[in-house]
Amino acid sequence: MIIELGHYALVLALGVSVLQAIMPVFGALRGDRALMEIGTVAAKATFLLVVLSFGVLTYAHVTSDFSVQNVWENSHSQVPLLYKYSGVWGNHEGSMLLWMLILTFFSALVAVFGDNLPETLKANVLAVQAWIASAFSLFILLTSNPFNRLIDAPGEGRDLNPVLQDIGLAIHPPLLYLGYVGFSVCFSFAVAALIEGRIDAAWARWVRPWTLAAWTCLTAGIAMGSYWAYYELGWGGWWFWDPVENASFIPWLAGTALLHSALVMEKREALKIWTILLAILTFSMSLLGTFLVRSGVLTSVHAFATDPTRGVFILVILILFIGGAFSLFAFRAARLKAGGLFAPISREGALVLNNLILTTAAATVLTGTLYPLVLEALTGSKISVGAPFFNMTFGLLMLPLLLAVPFGPLLAWKRGDLLGAGQRLFAAVAIGLVVGCVIYYAQHGGPVMALFGLALGAYLIAGSLTELLLRSGIGKVPGSVALRRLKGLPRSVFGTALAHIGLGVALIGIVAVTAFETEHIVEMKPGMTTDAGGYTLRFDGLRDGKGPNYTEQSGHFTVLRAGVVVTEVWSSKRLYTARRMPTTEAGIRTFGVSQLYVSLGDGMADGGVVVRVWWKPMILCIWGGALFMMAGGAVSLSDRRLRIGAPSRAKKQKKPVLEPAR
Amino acid sequence: MTRKQKRLAIIGGGVSFIIAAVLLVMFAFSQAVAYFYVPGDLAKVHLAPGTRIRLGGLVEAGSVKRGDGMTVSFSVTDTLDRVPVTYTGILPDLFREGQGVVAEGAFAAGSPVFVADTVLAKHDETYMPKDVADRLKAQGVSLGGKENIQ
Repeated sequence: MIIELGHYALVLALGVSVLQAIMPVFGALRGDRALMEIGTVAAKATFLLVVLSFGVLTYAHVTSDFSVQNVWENSHSQVPLLYKYSGVWGNHEGSMLLWMLILTFFSALVAVFGDNLPETLKANVLAVQAWIASAFSLFILLTSNPFNRLIDAPGEGRDLNPVLQDIGLAIHPPLLYLGYVGFSVCFSFAVAALIEGRIDAAWARWVRPWTLAAWTCLTAGIAMGSYWAYYELGWGGWWFWDPVENASFIPWLAGTALLHSALVMEKREALKIWTILLAILTFSMSLLGTFLVRSGVLTSVHAFATDPTRGVFILVILILFIGGAFSLFAFRAARLKAGGLFAPISREGALVLNNLILTTAAATVLTGTLYPLVLEALTGSKISVGAPFFNMTFGLLMLPLLLAVPFGPLLAWKRGDLLGAGQRLFAAVAIGLVVGCVIYYAQHGGPVMALFGLALGAYLIAGSLTELLLRSGIGKVPGSVALRRLKGLPRSVFGTALAHIGLGVALIGIVAVTAFETEHIVEMKPGMTTDAGGYTLRFDGLRDGKGPNYTEQSGHFTVLRAGVVVTEVWSSKRLYTARRMPTTEAGIRTFGVSQLYVSLGDGMADGGVVVRVWWKPMILCIWGGALFMMAGGAVSLSDRRLRIGAPSRAKKQKKPVLEPAR
Repeated sequence: MTRKQKRLAIIGGGVSFIIAAVLLVMFAFSQAVAYFYVPGDLAKVHLAPGTRIRLGGLVEAGSVKRGDGMTVSFSVTDTLDRVPVTYTGILPDLFREGQGVVAEGAFAAGSPVFVADTVLAKHDETYMPKDVADRLKAQGVSLGGKENIQ
C-alpha cells in the first residue's frame, strides 16, 4: 500500500508539473497574477510530492521489501544499513528519481526565493522548469518505474553491485546531480528571457548565484567521483577520460565558462547573447550527459541496465529541449540588443578568452567522447578514444588559459593595460620560475615538461594571491590599513582568488603524480620488502576475514622508513557472496599530501602474492585543488551582492538604471 | 584602434584559435586512437608493427599461464581464431578463463604475440565488453546467457 502511495505521488507530481508548465506562461502573457501564482504553488507541491515518492522508495529499500522489483534487483537483506539508504539511487530507476527530486528541489527554491524577480520572469522560469520536470517524470513513469511490484515476492534480493557498496555512493551522485541539474535553473532563466525577449544586467545577477551554486556542487561531485574511483577500483588511477567522466566534465567546462561570461554581462552588459547561448548549452550538456550515462549507449559501471526504449525516450527529450531552446534562440536572439564595447586587452577581453578556450576545450572533449559512437554508427568500425587523445588536445588547448588566468583579475574593465598587469605579475612569474628551478635542482634534470607544469602551478597560485596583495596594498601601506582594506574587499574577490589558487594546486598535483609517480609490481612472500617513495614496505602475510556480506583475504604490510616502523597497511581482495563478485580494496596510507597505494593481486602457487605498489607524490593536491575551487564558489556565493534575495535591494539602492522595464 | 579593428582583432583571434583546435583534434584522431579488433579481423587488416590496438574476445579456457614473476600469458579467442597475448602486471579482479576481455597494446615487430599493457575485464561478472559481444554476435558465435551487458 505504501509503495503504491509513492507511485501515486509521482503520477500526481506529473499532473501538477503539467499544470505548472502551462498556466504561468499564459499568466505572463496576459498579465494575470493568479495564473502566474499557480507556478509558485505548483513548484512547491511538485517538490513535496516527489519527496514523498522518494521517501517511499527509500522506505522500501531500508525495509528490504523484495516485492518491489527495484529493491529485489538491487538490494540484499544483509547489505549494511547505510548502503540500503544510498542503494536507493544505486540503480537506474532510483537514480532517475533522485534526478527528479533535485530538479523539483531547485524549482521549489526558485519559487521560495524568487520573490524579488519580476513576476513574469519568475512565472516563465518556473514554467520552463516544469517542462523539464514533466518530461522526466513521464520518462520515469513510462520506462523506469521504480515501484513495479513482483507478483511472487522473492525471499532474498540480488544484492547491490559491490563496487557501489561504499560511502562514495552516498555522496557522489547527489552532489553530481545538484550540479548537473542545478544548471537547469540557468537554462530556464535563459529560455524565460528569450520568451520575454528582454534581458539586462539584472538578469545576469539573478542567474549568477544559481550558476555558482550548481558549479560548486558539480566541482564537488566530480572530485568526489574521481577520488572514489581512485580508492575503490584499485587501479590507482584518478581520471580515465572515460566517456561517463567526460559526460560530467563537459557541463563543468561549459558551466565554468558561463560563470565567467555572466560576470561580464552583469558588470558591463556585454556578451548578452553569448551568455544566453552558454546557459542553454551548459544544461544541454547536462542532458546529453544524462543521455550518455542512462541510455546504455556507453558500457560502464554507471549504465545500470540496457533497455533501448529508455535510450530512445531520453534522446527524444534531449532533441526536444535542446532543439527547442536553440530554435527559440535563433528566433529571439536578434531582439536582444548587444551592448558594452571593450578593447581586446581588458577584463572583458580576458573573460572572452576564458570563454573561447573553455568552450573550445569542452567541444574537444565532446568530440572525443561522441566520435567513437558516431563512427561506429556510420562505418561499423570500433575505436577507443582514450587518454592519449585527450591529453594531446585538451592539455594543449588549456595551456594558454592557464597562462592567462592571473592576468584576468588584474586587467581593468573596458580598457586594460597588459604591460602594467605583466609588471604586477612579475613577482608571480618569478616565484613560478624559482619553484621550477628548485625542483629542477632537486630532481637533477627531471623531465622538462613536469618542471614547466609545476612552475605553472606555482605561478597560478602566486598570481592569484597577487591580486589580493595589490588590492589591499600590503607592503605599501601600514599593516593595519592593509588588513582593513583586505577585510573590506568584496567576498567575490576572495572567491576568485581561491578558485584560481585551486586550479594551481590541482595542476601541481596532476603534474607531480603524472611525472613522478612510481609503480612496482612485485611478487612477495611473507617477510619480503619493496621500496616506494623513500619508504619500505614489508609483506607480513595473508589473513582470511569475513564481513557482513563478503569474505575477504587481506594482506598485511608494515611500512618502514630507514628501518623504523612507521605504520601498517591492509590491502584485501573481497568476494561478495550474493553475486560471487570479487573486488579489490586498496590499502592507502597518506604521508603529507602524498600517498602510498597498495593493491593486492593474485596469489601464486608457491604461497607468494602479486602486489602492486604505487607511490603517488602530491596526489592529494588534485582533490585539494578542487576543495579550494569549491571554497571559492561558496565564498563568492556568500557575497552580499549575489546572495539570493539581495540583487533587487542592491539594485534599487545603487543602480536604478538596471531596473527592468515593467 | 577603431571599433571595427577591435571587433576584427577579437573575431580573428577567436577564429584562429578554433581552427588550431580543429587541426589539433584531427591530428590527435590520426595518432592517438586505438582501433578495436577481434582475433578473426587480424588476418584481414594489415597493421604496421607497433600500432596500438584493442584486442577483444574471450580468454581461452586453459590458456592462462603464469611465467616468471609478473608476466602472464593467455590466448584471446573469438572461438574461431586465437591470438597469444602476454601481459605484465596484475590482472583485473574479473579476469577469468572463458570470460570476455579487452587487451590494449601492440604486436611486437615480427612476432605473432600481442603485448598488452592494459587488460580490461571490469564491473560485473556478467559483463561482456560491448565491443566483444557485438563482434562475436556478428560472427555468429553464441554467447548463451552471458549476453547480458551491464
